[in-house]
Amino acid sequence: MDLKTKRKIKGNIALLLSTFAAFMGLFWLVFIIFDVLRHGITALNLELFLEDPAPPGVPGGGLRNAFVGQFLITSVATIIGVPLGILGGTFIAEYARGTVFAKVISILSDIMVSVPSIVVGTFIYALLVKPFGHFSGWAGAAALAFIMVPVVLRTTEDMLKLVPWTLREAAFALGASYFRVIKDVVYRAAATGILTGVILAIARIAGETAPLLFTSFNNSYFTTNMNEPIASLTVTIFNYAMGPYEDWHEKAWAAAFIITVVILIVTVTSRMIIHWRYKS
Amino acid sequence: MKKFLRLPAADLIFAVISFSASFTILTLIFSTILVLYNESSLAIHKFGLLNFIFTVDWDPVKEVFGAAASLYGTLITTVLALSIAVPVSIGIAIFLTEISPHFLKTPIGIAIEMLAAIPSIIYGMWGLFTLAPIMAEYIEPALQSVFGDIPVVGKLFEGTPMGVDLLTASIILSIMITPFIASISRDSFNLTPDIVKESAYALGATKWEVIKDIVIPYSKLGVYGGIVLALGRALGETMAVAFVLGNKHQITPSLLDAAATITVTLANEFTEADTDIYLSSLFYLALILFILSFTILAVAKFFLLRAEKHYQR
Repeated sequence: MDLKTKRKIKGNIALLLSTFAAFMGLFWLVFIIFDVLRHGITALNLELFLEDPAPPGVPGGGLRNAFVGQFLITSVATIIGVPLGILGGTFIAEYARGTVFAKVISILSDIMVSVPSIVVGTFIYALLVKPFGHFSGWAGAAALAFIMVPVVLRTTEDMLKLVPWTLREAAFALGASYFRVIKDVVYRAAATGILTGVILAIARIAGETAPLLFTSFNNSYFTTNMNEPIASLTVTIFNYAMGPYEDWHEKAWAAAFIITVVILIVTVTSRMIIHWRYKS
Repeated sequence: MKKFLRLPAADLIFAVISFSASFTILTLIFSTILVLYNESSLAIHKFGLLNFIFTVDWDPVKEVFGAAASLYGTLITTVLALSIAVPVSIGIAIFLTEISPHFLKTPIGIAIEMLAAIPSIIYGMWGLFTLAPIMAEYIEPALQSVFGDIPVVGKLFEGTPMGVDLLTASIILSIMITPFIASISRDSFNLTPDIVKESAYALGATKWEVIKDIVIPYSKLGVYGGIVLALGRALGETMAVAFVLGNKHQITPSLLDAAATITVTLANEFTEADTDIYLSSLFYLALILFILSFTILAVAKFFLLRAEKHYQR
């Protein structure tokens, strides 16, 4: 075999392996999603949304408490985390643009985005659970807000930097103060991007389990009192899937189905909006 | 500072508010370290650093705690997951940038990113109910019959295949981190200037040779960044492994045995810790994990920043 054929064969094998790798990635995705759909759809029913859990081992009941709890925790986390993130991002992209401070905050936020979320749980536990002597919805919301701030901050920074500097100069030339320029020009130009970023961040925290395990804990009763332990879908999935009852497993699949479908739809649409909006 | 003082009132107020908001990041990082250190001081005084890291025992009854078993589990799952995920991800990136027909690029790219968006608890649950039985029934017995009789390698596959073990956890972890490495590698590959590739083609290089000798060396900083980032993520991943690792504090050569990682220990035992020293030791584990992953993620960021500078030239 001459060198030329050898090189060609080697090349083709490598390319074939790469193609194989890509389809393996697809295979896992299809496998996981198909499995969640298959188990989830059969377990879906109306009681899931309207009833609270039955006592352990007794079939029936639903997960109304977890849906409401999840909604409360995520909402409070969003109310705390989003303004902090947007304002912080605004500062480093506008007032502090180009300074060392901005660079440091930006890098640290990037690191914090990937920091283990379970550590955030332990931190909030020490801060908001141990001193009060009980788990609470507030603590869960605080943990999720902690995770949200760096995510929103970085998106805001990126989106504000995409607004052309000349746009600001045009507003400055009309005599507007920097605050007016940010409020009326920069935010408007970046609104789609920031909003989509916020939605992505909400989708991200809605799937978090680890930081809630020992902050909001779990509650098998319906409650809207954020001062008590409160159920969330993700922690419920964890407890039910690890539990011994077949009925619990089914409910865990149903909850997993809903979380996965919602998060995937939200994420893919948001990404497509960003892609389409900032194509150029 | 002078620049800020000359701002109009509304501007000054907004600048101060937004400055405080950006400062929360620093506050969060420092207070996390401080609070975790403070909470773990009991364990730090009792066990010290090296002693804690190298003690295998984790015994709540005798109140002896060591991180060695958890660290071992974290290390093995992470290394194994990376060694599966890195070649696959780079293969995916090569496919997406150099091989795929144009109409397939976007859908496959989106699919890989969807894999990254699935919450880790879904991976964990899928692992427990679907992957673990498959592993226990087919894959692990097959591995045993192939490698079981080889002297040293055989040790890796000893024991009864239960599906709840280091191997299953590592595979789930590798599926989870693949999208990170793949998308960063793809973006880096895409930045290779066409003119450099074309020159190689003009010299008669095959497609694979162009990828191997031009594209990968050109974008290696970005790829390293992606790999280290994935390493940082894998270290701190909790829910995907919590279901299928069994939380058993032991150092075992067999990949078919239950184990514990730092995250799994925290997830399973935090609410059960009934003594001060027990809780303090768990906080100590959390502190070690935080510092470890923070450092690794900082290294990843360093690579990615270097890569950014490199491409700007």
